[in-house]
Order: sequence, then structure tokens, then C-alpha cells
Amino acid sequence: MSVVLPGAALPKNTPDPVTPRTVPHRGGDVNPSVEALRAQFGATIGRHDVTWGETTVWIDATKVREIALWLRDDPTQQYDYLVDVTAVEHRDAAMPLEMVWHVRSLPYRRFLRIKAALDPNAELEVPSIEPVYKSANWLEREVYDMFGVRFGGHSDLRRILLWESYAEGFPLRKDFPLRGRFSRSEQLTQALAANPEAPYSMEELSVADAFHELPADMRERLLRVKAGG
Amino acid sequence: MATTTRTVEVELATQTMSPTGEVFRMPLTANDAGFVMPIDLAPGTEPDMGSERMLINIGPQHPATHGVLRLVLELDGETVIRCVPHIGYLHCGFEKIGEYRQYNQIIPWTDREDYLNSMGNNVAYALSAERLFGIEITPRCTVLRVIAMELSRIISHLVWLGTTAIDLGAFTPFLWTFQERETVYNLWESWVGARLTTSATRIGGMAADLPSGWIDGLKGFLRSLPKTLDETDRMLTRNGIWVGRTVGLGIMTASEAINYGLSGPMLRASGVAYDVRKDVPYLDYETYDWDIAVGTKGDVYDRYLVRMEEMRQSVRIIEQAVARLPDGPINVDDPRVILPAKIKATSEMESMIHHFKLVMEGPRPPIGECYVATESPKGEKGYYLVSDGTSKPVRWRIRPPAFVNLSAISKMAEGHLLSDVIAINASIDIVMGEIDR
Repeated sequence: MSVVLPGAALPKNTPDPVTPRTVPHRGGDVNPSVEALRAQFGATIGRHDVTWGETTVWIDATKVREIALWLRDDPTQQYDYLVDVTAVEHRDAAMPLEMVWHVRSLPYRRFLRIKAALDPNAELEVPSIEPVYKSANWLEREVYDMFGVRFGGHSDLRRILLWESYAEGFPLRKDFPLRGRFSRSEQLTQALAANPEAPYSMEELSVADAFHELPADMRERLLRVKAGG
Repeated sequence: MATTTRTVEVELATQTMSPTGEVFRMPLTANDAGFVMPIDLAPGTEPDMGSERMLINIGPQHPATHGVLRLVLELDGETVIRCVPHIGYLHCGFEKIGEYRQYNQIIPWTDREDYLNSMGNNVAYALSAERLFGIEITPRCTVLRVIAMELSRIISHLVWLGTTAIDLGAFTPFLWTFQERETVYNLWESWVGARLTTSATRIGGMAADLPSGWIDGLKGFLRSLPKTLDETDRMLTRNGIWVGRTVGLGIMTASEAINYGLSGPMLRASGVAYDVRKDVPYLDYETYDWDIAVGTKGDVYDRYLVRMEEMRQSVRIIEQAVARLPDGPINVDDPRVILPAKIKATSEMESMIHHFKLVMEGPRPPIGECYVATESPKGEKGYYLVSDGTSKPVRWRIRPPAFVNLSAISKMAEGHLLSDVIAINASIDIVMGEIDR
């Protein structure tokens, strides 16, 4: 296996990157990938801006998988590294909920922030980019867990940090109170009533032959937990 | 750029005892394909169990899971067919809490996510917030932060080394590495007053300047650490058991590692020379003379080699930083974020009002957003901050390297033996505080 050097696609005499100095608040060099995206996808690409030296480009949420695939595979882009998937909901309820993807091109040493606006009052759904970047698997699960955004085509969209029967909603939404929706006594009651076998998903238990040999009442309890009771 | 070459010249033999009590050396063989130990088993002693699969639960309360990770494994015999990780046992909603805190009040939370690297997180968060405020820190503060980050990297790797050695059956390196780590915690304590939860940075500077004699203590540590590393190296690198339990496990190729979003030593062990300090530099890292440690195979053994080399490179960086440490202020001269001197705040009306407003209302950045990545011991740790112009962020997002690295454990563990899962899991260097946040 040979060593993969970042910046390999840049011209030979490109200077090494340096610590940025006096980064302007607005304006500055626009990431050239924005123009390339416009040329490729046309009206799917919305406005762009440069804030603190980072380019943000707005896209149509439904096209994110095609755009990600093109950005990854086009030889002039090579955004091979998905840094982060997250979402932002503003305090101003009139503003849309934003999906944020941070992608990085190791060969070109570029960083791009891709954003898409979602209506927070409607069903939140965007295509999953897990088929493009494997790292999106858990990152998208976390966004689903925290914001309730559903990712179409995700292989295993479950809650990840919270437990599967968590019923209070999506904690990072702005309408979610800091202390949670349920009172402390309600949370305690639920915790005490929780089933110790609940942490196993049915899928996990079904692979074990032992499940069928469990006492009938335990099996029934597990099925009940799965059904949400 | 240095590449960690992989020449494992191991005299593979282990001292063992025959049933009759004679001590003899049993030959072991190690090669890249894995660990082969010739054992003569009389045929038919093991009954064929058929294809019945077993479900094994490891954790969450298990010392080898380095915190509260839970792995559900589906086994065929001893081979892992499927590995399903469950996380979230430490989830406390840091990102939610951050939306209710002023920018400086978030710093204590950064201590508590990746708690082995609290100083590094403090610096990383402060860099991100300073970008959002448009602040340039002073030269002395820059160098102090480099020292803080690299020392933090060393102690995090030392904990990784010691605990991983314990996982794989070697107890002694744990004592050596924790002794070294203790020195650094003493240094932290004399600098900022805390050992684990340092909260050392402030937006625009540091909580405190170095106390007198601190650099001498640091130099003493820089002299003793390489000896400990050499000893550990002698103990482990060519040790037959160590090699046998790490070589060829959990291999990630370079393209897989990139696609799975691995970062830090995990990515570099797979042969990708990506280091945030070189590729997206901060704190003038480009002006220091140091090399990236890169592996060739991407297995558990390479991750060990990469981390060992990174500690040595960190020593190099700290030595250069100590040599160039300039005098001068540690805080920027910017009344938007820096409190007035205590003596002024108690004697002048304007300074008192200034102090009051900064503490009660908090500094306000302009509307905007930024993502600043740093190289934490676990990988690319970034803080994404979104501001709406008020004194509390709209969104405080931690890009958790260990979370993304851990998401590849199913890929790495499947097909290996149950006992290898422990080594693979240890090689990820997880800290559940950061993963669950």
C-alpha cells in the first residue's frame, strides 16, 4: 500500500497551506467548486456566500445524493472526505431548518459547506448520502435522533444516542425545552418501568437461537417492548 | 515526510511450561497474514457444534470497552459474523446545553467531552470562537497553546498505550505511561489549577500565564518521556504476543479509511498522510519542523506504531515551541472579550460597568458561522459555531472524531475472532465522553 498524500491533485509548485491571518467576516476567495457545481447542476444550486473564509453553497435538498456523488467522483473536484453532517435550527421561527454537510477534498485541499433549507413545520426528509460516504451512516443517524430529519435510503435509520423507545421528541429542536418534555417524576417512572431486556433489538435477538428457548413471559415482554408498549 | 516502516524482526518465542514442569521456549510465527501458532490438536477432540450462532453482549460496563460502549456480537464459533455497537450511555446533551450558554461558559463543557484531551479541546474551541469573533491571538498565546495541545496529545496517547497494553495482557506499560501522565497533570495543576478539567483558555487568550519554573518542569518531562517510550517500545514492538495480537487485525485500506471518514492515527495508519496540522494549519503549525507518522497496512499494529511516533513528534514540536516562546501578553487587547484588570474593575466606574456587562451579558460575535478543525489525538476535531449576533450560539456542533472512527468498528471486527475485537476496539482509541456528548 502506497502513501496517499493530500494535495496530490494540486500543481507541483503550490505552496504548503499556512495558518490563515486576518480572515474577513464576509467575502474573500470563493471555492471554485461552486462555479463547477453551477455548470453541472444549473438551477439546483442556489446562492453562495463566503463567511470567515469558508464557502457555503445552498442546494436543493432533494438532489444532495447526486451532488455528493458528483463531487466525490469528478476528477476536477474529488471531495472524497465527508467531515460532518448536521443541522441547524434558528431561534427565529420564520427561518428554515438548515441541513449542513461539510465536505473536504483531500487531493485539492478544499473545504466546502453545503446547505439545504427545510421547512421545520413540514415532514423533514432528505436523501441519505450513506451510499456515497460510509461515514454518513452514524452522522445521519445522529441528525435523525436529534432533529427528526429522516434520511431516505439510509440502511439503518435508528436513534443512536438516545434509546429506541425515547418518546420525548427530538432534543436539538428549538421547541424542545432544555430539561426535556417530561417532568422529572415522569422520567423517573419511565426509567423504573423500563424493561431490562429492552436494549436488545428484535433483530439481534432473532439471530440467537436462544430467543426461542426463552421463557414465554420474557419473550412476550420483549415483543411488547418492540411494539412500543 | 517520514513514513513508519514496518520491519518487524521478532524473535518469536515465548517461555512456557510443559505439563511435566519443564520450561521451554515455544516458537511462534508472525507474518502479515496474522498470528499462527502451531498447536497439535488430536483430531476429533473438539466436537463439531454445527452452525448454531451465538449472541454475545460486551459491555456497557466492561473494562475492555474503555467506557460505556456496548457491543452486541453474533458469533459463529469464535468468529464474529456481525457486530452491532450501541452507544449513548453517556449522552448528556452538550450541544443542547451550549445553546443556553455564553461563549466563554461553553469552555468547561469542552473539558468534559474528550476528557483525556481537555486542554486540546479548550484550545480547539477557543480557536473556533475566535474565528467567529474575528480575533487574532497574541504570539505568546499561540505558542502556549501549541505546547498545551501537544502535551495533551502525549497524555492522551499515553493513556491509550497503557490501557491497550492491559487489554492485550501486558500490565507493566500501563504503570510506566501513567507515571509519565502524572507529571503532565502536575504541570496542568500548577498552570491552571485543575488536573483533568482544565478550562485553560478564554476567548482571546488564556486563563493564566505560566507560573515561574513551569518550563523547567516541562523540560524535565521532555527528558524522561523518550526514555519511557523507548522502554515501552522495547517491551512491545517486537514482542511476540503483542505482534501476534495486533498484526493483520482490523485492516482498513486507504480508500476505505477515507470513505468511512476515519481521521487521526486511524487514518494515517492506513497510509493517508492527512493531518489537520499540515493540511489546514492553525497556531502556526506550518512553522514547526516535524513529520507525519504514516502506516502502511492499516492494521492495529500500525495504529500502535503511528501513535508511538506521534508522541515523539510531539516532543519535537514542544521543544521548538519552548525555544521560541516569546514574552508579552497572553490576552488580546480587545475590550469586546477580555475582562478589565481586577484592580481597575474595583476602582473605576467604567471598568466596573465593562466587567459587569461582559460577565452578565457575555461577548457578542457578529452574525455568521465557522467550522474550525484541529488535530486532536483521536482525529479531526472541529467545532462548528453558528451565531445570530446574540451572546449565545444558535448551534454549537462538535465534530467528534472518535464517533466517526467507532462507526467503522463493524467493518473492522467482522470476520475476526472474539478476542481480536478487544484489540480492534482498543485501537480506535475511543473516549465515550466525546462519542456520546
